[in-house]
Amino acid sequence: MENKWYTISVYSENQVGMLNRISGIFLKRHINIESLNVSPSEIPQVSKFTIVVNTTQKWVENIVGQIEKQVEVIKVFSHQDEEIIYQESALFKISSNLLFDERQIQNIIKESNAQIVTVSREFFVISKTGRRHEIDELHESLTPFGIRQFVRSGRIAVSKEAMPISTILNTINQKK
Amino acid sequence: MPFYDELYKFQDRLRHVLVRHEQGAAHAAQGYARATGKVGVAVATSGPGATNLVTGIADAQIDSTPLVCITGQVGRHLLGSDAFQETDIIGISTPITKWNYQITKAAEIPYILAKAFYIARSGRPGPVLVDITKNAQFELFDFEYTPCDHVRSYLPEPQIDMECIHQAASLINEAKKPMIVYGQGVVLGNAEQELKTFIEKTTIPAAWTILGKSALPTAHRHNVGMVGMHGNYAPNVLTNECDVLIAIGMRFDDRVTGDLNTYAKQAKIIHFDIDKAEINKNVKVDVGVLGNCKQTLAALLPLVKENNHSQWQSSFDQLYEVEFKEVIDKEMNPTGPGISMAEVIEQINVATQSQAIVVTDVGQHQMIACRYAQETLPKSTITSGGLGTMGFALPSAIGAKMGAPEREVITVIGDGGFQMNIQELGTIYQTQAAVKIVVLNNEHLGMVRQWQELFFDSRYASTVMTNPDFVTIAKGYYIPGKRVDQRADLKAAIEEMVAAKTPYFLEIKVENEENVFPMIPSGSSVSDIRLS
Repeated sequence: MENKWYTISVYSENQVGMLNRISGIFLKRHINIESLNVSPSEIPQVSKFTIVVNTTQKWVENIVGQIEKQVEVIKVFSHQDEEIIYQESALFKISSNLLFDERQIQNIIKESNAQIVTVSREFFVISKTGRRHEIDELHESLTPFGIRQFVRSGRIAVSKEAMPISTILNTINQKK
Repeated sequence: MPFYDELYKFQDRLRHVLVRHEQGAAHAAQGYARATGKVGVAVATSGPGATNLVTGIADAQIDSTPLVCITGQVGRHLLGSDAFQETDIIGISTPITKWNYQITKAAEIPYILAKAFYIARSGRPGPVLVDITKNAQFELFDFEYTPCDHVRSYLPEPQIDMECIHQAASLINEAKKPMIVYGQGVVLGNAEQELKTFIEKTTIPAAWTILGKSALPTAHRHNVGMVGMHGNYAPNVLTNECDVLIAIGMRFDDRVTGDLNTYAKQAKIIHFDIDKAEINKNVKVDVGVLGNCKQTLAALLPLVKENNHSQWQSSFDQLYEVEFKEVIDKEMNPTGPGISMAEVIEQINVATQSQAIVVTDVGQHQMIACRYAQETLPKSTITSGGLGTMGFALPSAIGAKMGAPEREVITVIGDGGFQMNIQELGTIYQTQAAVKIVVLNNEHLGMVRQWQELFFDSRYASTVMTNPDFVTIAKGYYIPGKRVDQRADLKAAIEEMVAAKTPYFLEIKVENEENVFPMIPSGSSVSDIRLS
């Protein structure tokens, strides 16, 4: 079975230790997490983990099952890229003199739809939001000029299909 | 300290058993849980006390045993300061618990403990750890008991889908050569009666995984024995000939399936399980039936037809005859002077009328005990299945005896495993729990030695044991005992042990280099099982 990119979305209670419990499931299977983002979700007190992995369908199914059975996890989804709308963000810190000495940098920024967030005497910061490959391309273009600091966020994603978390919570509670 | 000080005041209402090592506490709690179906409780102090519980917790997790482990922790303000006896037991226990929680305020105690017991026993059971910081043990608060029978993110028993039950029933009704493999899920779901009725209505031959053993009496007409690496010949071979395999409350462990690429490929597979994550985890199934098997089997029963699979059953009987001739007869009636492990188990069967709880450790004696112990009552096999924890049996037998004092509890242990929690003889002495201990001494780590003989040209690297005088050690704990090394003395010694009202210790010197067969070599197909 071939490796593919999967985005795993986990809805869980917002509790100390949930990140450890969920990431341990990847650790036990020796699967590297490519990116991870934790944030509030559309439901109060419910956290959403967005986890990107490069692995096989079989392992994704196994992982989804293992995460979903954790007591404080409400529901887990896994998607391939075409099934979701997703974004990542990156910040590039670059020496300010380059902005004036290397005119090309301005073109790169403009063409890549990046934004200059701040400019100081010493450095300026470019922010870019988009797909992973767009950020990679910008990184590649800026590297020859010298990037003083670089950071990229975890992926955030919403699915094209519905994620009916409220319905699931209601079902569990009605059964009660 | 504050926790124990409170326990002192509740001695008449809450029985605390002082063990000699925290690992013993965890295993004893497991033995109690397995013998009773109730939640076992183990308490340990912070730091090393907590880490000593870890093996028992991991064992309970893989064998779905309901436990609540309560650990002490340094005060809230000291967390993360590397204080004396501070350890991150929440971090350590996360991958081996069903749930865990750190209490830092006394007011959380009633609800969290109620939640801990609810989670441990509901759905697929498992171990829960509650870590309580020292300040929370001292604080005062207005006590109000808050029961827990519901957690909003947790659905312990999935909704039963009748469509799946109908699909399962039609596969079962059309099958010419169906076979059942039942596991501990039947025991955990108290579905022994439903299983028996299903088997008797359909006359389908039924085999068991090691933890499922006591779900059906061993002598039942349709009980065809154990599957897996050292299971019986017929059910292993015929796994690869059946047309429908009905798995009930089992998880297709690698010791059961052997090589997955050649496991029951010809069969349609139906899998009854309470845990959705088990369906299609190891073996792709045709029908997955989610739910507690007490309910799913009950729903299935009216839909399956009465049947007569006597011809198919006879192929199991024929292969049993092969195994009897090649293995069983030789082990039960050995011609050499050395005592075989099987004849010891057979004497225990006779002396207890097959009504005892047999608690085993891990290794050769475990396989022999599970293969030969005859059982008539539910919850009669207690053993470490998934984790294979040597040292499990002695403390576990203490818990089993305390949970089921009316039953005879016999623990069968190898000379290696006995020395892994031997200190619990002290607990037996102090509590006078009338556990009957049988150490089968072959002066080796026998199972490893067997693998070395078969697969490593008999290079016995570090498997030969120079053992102490076990009877004297037992005597040191004032436990009466005896050593048997002659076949002629075996029967009387076991009868004396069973007749004893007190704890009793029996060391039996068995053949040093006996091998356990049948055997599916690691990575081989179930149908390539070897008889010698």
